[in-house]
Amino acid sequence: MTAQEVRTHAIDMNSVLNNRVSREESNEISIKVENLNLFYGTKQALHDINMDIPKKKVTAYIGPSGCGKSTLLRCINRMNDLVDNTTIDGKILLDNENIYDKSVNVADLRRRVGMVFQKPNPFPKSIFENVAYGLRIQGINDKRILQDAVENALRGAALWDEMKDRLNDNALGISGGQQQRLVIARAIAIEPEVLLLDEPASALDPISTLKIEELINELKEKYTIVIVTHNMQQAARVSDYTAFMYIGELIEMGTTSELFTNPRKKQTEDYITGRYG
Amino acid sequence: MIQLNMIKSWFKSGVPWIWFNAAAVSLCLIMVITVLGLVAVRGVAHFWPSQVVQFNYQEDSGKLKTIIGELVDKTITPALMAKASGHKMADDEDTLVQYLIKTGNRDVTGADFRWIEERNVKQRNYPDNLMVVERREWGNFYGKLVAVKENGKIIAEGDGAWPVALEKLDAALAVFAEIGHLEKKEIGAVNYGLERLRLKQKSLQLKNRWDAEAEKENALEKAAYEGQYKQYQAQLGELYQKVRRDSLVAKIDSGSELEISLSKIVRIYQPNSMGLFDKIAHYGSKFIEFLADDPREANTEGGIFPAIFGTIMMVIMMSIIVTPFGVIAAVYLREYAKQGFITRLIRIAVNNLAGVPSIVYGVFGLGFFVYILGGNIDQLFFPEAAPAPVYGTPGLLWASITLALLTLPVVIVSTEEGLARIPKSIREGSLALGATKLETLWLTVLPMASPAMMTGLILAVARAAGEVAPLMLVGVVKLAPTLPLDGNFPFLHLDRKFMHLGFHIYDVGFQSPNVEAARPLVYATSLLLVVVILGLNLTAIIIRNHLREKYRALEG
Repeated sequence: MTAQEVRTHAIDMNSVLNNRVSREESNEISIKVENLNLFYGTKQALHDINMDIPKKKVTAYIGPSGCGKSTLLRCINRMNDLVDNTTIDGKILLDNENIYDKSVNVADLRRRVGMVFQKPNPFPKSIFENVAYGLRIQGINDKRILQDAVENALRGAALWDEMKDRLNDNALGISGGQQQRLVIARAIAIEPEVLLLDEPASALDPISTLKIEELINELKEKYTIVIVTHNMQQAARVSDYTAFMYIGELIEMGTTSELFTNPRKKQTEDYITGRYG
Repeated sequence: MIQLNMIKSWFKSGVPWIWFNAAAVSLCLIMVITVLGLVAVRGVAHFWPSQVVQFNYQEDSGKLKTIIGELVDKTITPALMAKASGHKMADDEDTLVQYLIKTGNRDVTGADFRWIEERNVKQRNYPDNLMVVERREWGNFYGKLVAVKENGKIIAEGDGAWPVALEKLDAALAVFAEIGHLEKKEIGAVNYGLERLRLKQKSLQLKNRWDAEAEKENALEKAAYEGQYKQYQAQLGELYQKVRRDSLVAKIDSGSELEISLSKIVRIYQPNSMGLFDKIAHYGSKFIEFLADDPREANTEGGIFPAIFGTIMMVIMMSIIVTPFGVIAAVYLREYAKQGFITRLIRIAVNNLAGVPSIVYGVFGLGFFVYILGGNIDQLFFPEAAPAPVYGTPGLLWASITLALLTLPVVIVSTEEGLARIPKSIREGSLALGATKLETLWLTVLPMASPAMMTGLILAVARAAGEVAPLMLVGVVKLAPTLPLDGNFPFLHLDRKFMHLGFHIYDVGFQSPNVEAARPLVYATSLLLVVVILGLNLTAIIIRNHLREKYRALEG
């Protein structure tokens, strides 16, 4: 597909989605959340979430702090498994396969669903080794393959020109914005299907934030992106779909333009007009 | 009133506490410097050639006598006290001044040291031709060189004797080095080979596989070794003859003469005629001997190389054993075990292990490692050696394991702390890329925790290198004939006993027949022990700092 085709395709899809024709939509669903409940101990953090996340689009979760948007995001690559005393029931279907099924290998799942965290967390290794990390874990040690993959990933994260001469420098020596893009490069180096971004720009300055947002726009041509943000402007700028959550419940989900201009629920309206949260 | 208020506000300002802390720190520093300074001065001065004095001394009986020796100590006793302890004191004497003289010549006089009173010294001078002979037995000799003999015939006499003696001694020492090499290396290897053959034969007999063919093979090898042995023996005989041929004739202070074979001499020198550079050269050679040679005369003379080697070897073995165990235990406790009552209990138990007196570990090591484990290993793997034990007796392996056990808590605790300090985000970052928990640990968490492991190891080394009590039960000996590392397969002999600097200090200082003569050696050895521990620690610290620099994410 050339860039032109991709763009037309994207526009087509947008018009279709904007008309909310669910028949068309179902072909392009990447992740389907069905009746998801999550408990930390006895405290319920997510209540009966149902949601369709479309393929190769940016879906944003917004909502006040502690509403469960990060928790929901971390369910998609089973990061919540790491928290003790967590119980989950319900289903999350990735390409029609329940990721909470017993037969699913969590490491394989996380290779398909990459994640970028709030604070940049590069490993204390060289820039090259950071990007190559996921590939080395898969047993790829061929120097040439790694070099190509690292270059592609860094180009994908718009970092190649800045980093190509210092691949062997320690990743901790670059700026916070560069580190966050490096982490994105690290995630896309293993070519996942879905990219989860957990407030990726909240620890960054405005210019770095802008760069990350531009990057998100480019990445959605290849990846399904889910982004958590508490910055509503950001959600409006980067996302195609937005889900509003409040105290563990999904209040409303729709195309971004619709949700921001014409919310169906009162709570949503209150939140986006800044009445609480 | 105003003053009281001022003092009150002074206390409130916190300044006195700063002074108090500073004073405490200074006190600690002063104590450390004093200890090290004393040890260093006493120990380092030992190798400096001191002047040899010749006294004309009037004995209590009234007879005049010549006494030759080194001045070691001087005491001044008030007249009253001197009287009380049985000295005759004249009325005009206020004090009694006594000198401790190292007179040497133990083979003649029966003692190395004697006290003399200053008032009875008629004359004191420092003749240039006074000679000190360091011998392989009977301690130092002090006297004058009379002649040099070859094959019983005098070849040099009087003033010309000294250069000839030096020359002959050099030749004799070279021969002696050759003898040492032959005895230790070559004949040692032959003996080792013969012992191996004997064990092989016995093991085959035990397995009922001792047939004509094996016997023939064995006999062939044995013959080869014996042939070699005979050859070496002949060489040795020749060398011994050569070295025993020459001797020095020397005059003792009492006037009689003594003949000393060159084979018994390590070094001769005339300290009174030495210039500064000669003395420095002498000092250097003595110091190198101290570091690089085997001990002589029940450890009171010569070097302490086997003890240095044993100490370092034991610490290295201990580190090799304790690090993986400690790290694995810490990783399990911190990363895999369910945090609850039992893990808490285990942690408390581990911490308490650090408080158990070290001798208890020694007893445990002897009872469990040496007798039970070692005994069973012998039964299972070395039945041919019975009744002689191989591993069923104290040795390097058991000493290292015992000390590893002793230092395990430090490694566990500091590794756990290191693991706890790795940010969650780094682990999540790795897991999110599809790494399993093990891969995350291996590729990211453990390397980042390695500075903490090194800190644990540093503490462990510091503790283990200075530990003596448990070692006395599980492997350290007064004198080990062979090093635990040598040229005979399998090169590293973990079953051997070894020498240790800490035990050496105790042994030389308190167990040797000649405590007075050995005291400076105690200081020198102590200094060396401190230096060795410092060196081991410094190595570990440098490695740790290097690692820290590499993984400095934690500090951010």
